[in-house]
Amino acid sequence: MATPSPVLLSVENLEVNFGAVRALKGISLDVHAGEVVALVGANGAGKSTTLRTISGLSRPRGGRIIFDGKPIGGVAPSRIVSLGIAQSPEGRRLFGGLTVADNLRLGACTRTDKDAILRDSERMFMLFPILKQRLKQLAGTLSGGEQQQLALARALMAAPRLLLLDEPSLGVAPLLVRHIFSALAELKRQGMTMLLVEQNITLALDLADRAYVLRTGQVALSGRSAELRDSERVAQAYLGAAT
Amino acid sequence: MTQLDYILQQIVNAVSLGSLYALVAVGLSIVFGVLKLTNFAHGDVMMVGAFGVALLVGIGVPFPVAVICGIAAAAVAGFLIERIAYRPIRDAPDVARLLTSLAVTYIIENVGILVFTSSPRNFPLPDILNTSWEMSNGAITFTSINLLTIALTFVSLLLLGWFITRTTTGLGMRAAAEDMSAAHLVGLNVNRLIIVAFIVASAYAGLAGILWAAQAGVVQPQMGFTPLLKAFVAAIIGGFGSIAGALVGGYILGALEIFIVAFLPSSVSSYRDAIVFAVLIAFLLVRPGGLLQPNREIKL
Repeated sequence: MATPSPVLLSVENLEVNFGAVRALKGISLDVHAGEVVALVGANGAGKSTTLRTISGLSRPRGGRIIFDGKPIGGVAPSRIVSLGIAQSPEGRRLFGGLTVADNLRLGACTRTDKDAILRDSERMFMLFPILKQRLKQLAGTLSGGEQQQLALARALMAAPRLLLLDEPSLGVAPLLVRHIFSALAELKRQGMTMLLVEQNITLALDLADRAYVLRTGQVALSGRSAELRDSERVAQAYLGAAT
Repeated sequence: MTQLDYILQQIVNAVSLGSLYALVAVGLSIVFGVLKLTNFAHGDVMMVGAFGVALLVGIGVPFPVAVICGIAAAAVAGFLIERIAYRPIRDAPDVARLLTSLAVTYIIENVGILVFTSSPRNFPLPDILNTSWEMSNGAITFTSINLLTIALTFVSLLLLGWFITRTTTGLGMRAAAEDMSAAHLVGLNVNRLIIVAFIVASAYAGLAGILWAAQAGVVQPQMGFTPLLKAFVAAIIGGFGSIAGALVGGYILGALEIFIVAFLPSSVSSYRDAIVFAVLIAFLLVRPGGLLQPNREIKL
């Protein structure tokens, strides 16, 4: 690997069960500091499960998750946020009955540095200007695209060192998808490390430095985005054909 | 006594009764919000508060100090109930949790009966709270305990409003009530939120129990059952799990009960509770999620 920066997140042989079903069958992946890594693959391949397990919502059955040199498999979700991993989950999962401002405030609930929190919310309004106009509005009354921006901002308010993104384009109008991905590109320029799950493979590979293709709970393929973009094997992995 | 005076008197009564229901119902809603558990033991926490005051005043503690201690005792009882009974089965199926909550009720009530017997004992009220004022030449009577109930409810609900809209913990409780996984994902310490929810809800139950006993003049180990049932109805009317809904539901129920007795002939009003529940059923047919949550289904 040509990436000189240190490994920030390392997932080794991760196994996760849902009841009797083995959702992840030994996934290994690395994310280096400052890197954007995409997880792509068909529905049910285990992309969201991987993110949920990194965030501590699902317990690993086997394997290890190392963040910044420390094992975090099975650690409480709130502790994982404090350690520096925030997630913008699939379907946004905003607190619809709370205002935009309160959603942002809860995004920073693990932090105590008031001045820095204030600076970060100003940064959010630069990145997503619409949120500033909507501050007093209930999150549930925003449009899909606005909600997605709020979900990203809420995750960023935790001042994460690693941002997990689950389907940021889902249920968002095409014009706003472009806006959201240009915001993500801006975050990347600023050095944010991201692990991105995205159905839209073109968008994902355009943003990401590297990608892992998951198929039925395993890594089918991995490599630099530019290489994968033209690879027929990616399409095969999606369709579930033998690779 | 003119018609108007009579109506005014009934309004005072309705607000006073509604305040009690609201105080109990908000506690039910707070706990249901974070735990999706119908906490039947909530009524027994009321009893703990009321007994605490009765016992402390009995040994010579000044009434206001006893009230504060009673509320604190209720909060501690709620904390212990969560710790001992509910936390070990937090991830168990709903039926198991519901039955546990009923079991806690029976245990507390029966221990109460063992220790204090089931016969009612006098609730000692200082003279100043036993007085009444008259208006319109005696047409309207305000008892001081009625006024105290209304005033304390008003203040404590304002405090609650501040807590759930201005503090991170309060906002976190509402967030966890809406979406538990999302609450985990933003880094809220859900365990801590549940503990705080029980303490806050139980403190309100304690206050409600003290005021309830003060109005009734007696305490008794099973005194929590009726207010719990009524508060449950109030919370459902308002939208179960919604704190604002519980408040609105409490006052609606209080008004409904008072006005049924006040304005319907006694042959009808003796069926007060039956009428109240019939209204509840009819209401739920129209708005199954309650007043403030029209789109949400209630799941017990």
